[in-house]
Amino acid sequence: MSNSNIYHEMIIDYSRNPINFGTLVKPDIFMHDSNPLCGDSIDLYMNVNNEQSISEVKFNGKGCAICIACTSVLTEMTKGKKIDDVIKINKTDVLSELGLQKLNPVRIKCALLSLKILKFSIYSYLSDKMKTEDTKSEKLVKLKEDASHLY
Amino acid sequence: MKTQTTSINSIRKDFPILNRHVYGDKQLIYLDNASTTQKPIQVINSINDFYRNYNSNIHRSVYSIANEATNAYENTRNKIAKFLNISDPKEIIFVRGTTEAINLVAYSWGRKNITKNDVIVTTEYEHHSNIVPWQLLVKEKQAKLKYIEINKSGELCLEQLDSYLECGNVKLVTFSQMSNVLGTITDSKKIISQCRKHDVKTLIDGAQSVPHMKVNINDLNCDFFACSAHKMLGPTGVGILWIRKNVMEEMIPFHGGGDMIKEVHKYDTTWNDLPYKFEAGTPNIADVIGFSSSIDYINNIGMDVIRNHEEDLRDYTISKLDNIKNIVIYGSKDSTKSGGIISFNFADIHPHDLATILDEDGIAIRSGHHCAQVLMEKLDVPATSRISFYVYNTKNEIDKLITSLEKAARLFKL
Repeated sequence: MSNSNIYHEMIIDYSRNPINFGTLVKPDIFMHDSNPLCGDSIDLYMNVNNEQSISEVKFNGKGCAICIACTSVLTEMTKGKKIDDVIKINKTDVLSELGLQKLNPVRIKCALLSLKILKFSIYSYLSDKMKTEDTKSEKLVKLKEDASHLY
Repeated sequence: MKTQTTSINSIRKDFPILNRHVYGDKQLIYLDNASTTQKPIQVINSINDFYRNYNSNIHRSVYSIANEATNAYENTRNKIAKFLNISDPKEIIFVRGTTEAINLVAYSWGRKNITKNDVIVTTEYEHHSNIVPWQLLVKEKQAKLKYIEINKSGELCLEQLDSYLECGNVKLVTFSQMSNVLGTITDSKKIISQCRKHDVKTLIDGAQSVPHMKVNINDLNCDFFACSAHKMLGPTGVGILWIRKNVMEEMIPFHGGGDMIKEVHKYDTTWNDLPYKFEAGTPNIADVIGFSSSIDYINNIGMDVIRNHEEDLRDYTISKLDNIKNIVIYGSKDSTKSGGIISFNFADIHPHDLATILDEDGIAIRSGHHCAQVLMEKLDVPATSRISFYVYNTKNEIDKLITSLEKAARLFKL
């Protein structure tokens, strides 16, 4: 994929004016992670309501245009959805939203950092909640596997 | 048989060094493959191609040739996973070779998990690389190192392992899948299943086995596995360490530096994801890419062809050696239980003298203790001569070896 194809208007717009940018006080879910590559560094905040849906989501941090654009899109996809549906979001969903399916392996880490954080953070949220129940449920194992194999 | 000879001849054409002559007109006969193997032109070209066309650092830079280099490097990891039947390529760490792999385990797993009075079990036929790192560790931790002995046919006395395991303090059993001196193929699955019953970790040194026989890591069910590229037609300075994921997750870093980190602050650092946490600094990119070509080359020939050819050559060589008086062969003569390695002594000729006499005829064999002095003590010899084969060796070369041995007998008036 040549560079000119990557930097289309949507990416530039999202990166200049990120959606859901900010923080939440006392969020139900919080996680930080980063990429050693370009120093992308993202904090993800989420609140969960009684229906087990993501009622609020914010992200904060620094990153390249691809990272910020993809994180914006991901938060849009996440907000208001049931947790069970959120964990089904896969990398193609995020990449195709911004036409980045053919991104090379070095840059794919920028695009998918926030999805990795999303999956790992929900994994630990659910693990904590299920402490007394079956912590090794198939759903959780699969979620962790998904998160570790994004890139 | 004719077709096999033909195909071996065409394989030989891929190895430029096999055309070499030494001492004027002596064609090189290379029989030291347990030490290192020769490289086919395909491997040499792939390294050449990297330096000529896409030399760049991996994982960090985002430009085109860096993407090509990163792809080639990571594709090697995937190829090795397939070659050794490893389910997750992220369980593979690139290292300098088997020696570094074992040291990594001794440091990053051993320093965290071994404490006073714990026991590490190894065997009498190990290479120094599977002894010395454990000696260093047990001295530091006041732990103990124990050996599984070998019997007269050069096989491990596995009932001894049972008695070690019964004592309850064993934390790791570490052994080579094929002896680099005797060629003995270890009954790895038996050892591992014994260890599993006692919840004891197992490490396999696959330096000699991986190049010469089919290895299936999933099926073996060990915890650590190490091997080196240069013993399987690949370049020097590259090897792999496979670690079962849940074990790797609990290990401390080996080397600190670039690429193994996620975030570095003045007094605090977080580690990169696995396996990169264990790959500090710019790795040996060119040779990892060369390693990939050597696996392609072996896959094209087929491991069964390699194994059959070496069994055949070993049987042939042993039958010829048996006709010479005063040759003592160490280990088993049964080639179905051995890799393509024969260690021997010839009357009272010191192996170094014998190797020099053979060298005058262009024949390269190894003489010495083969980095296995513990085994030499057991065999009660200071050294042995060692012949070791690979897929490009021929019976014609063995005939020349025999002629040269007969010359040595005459010189030493045997």
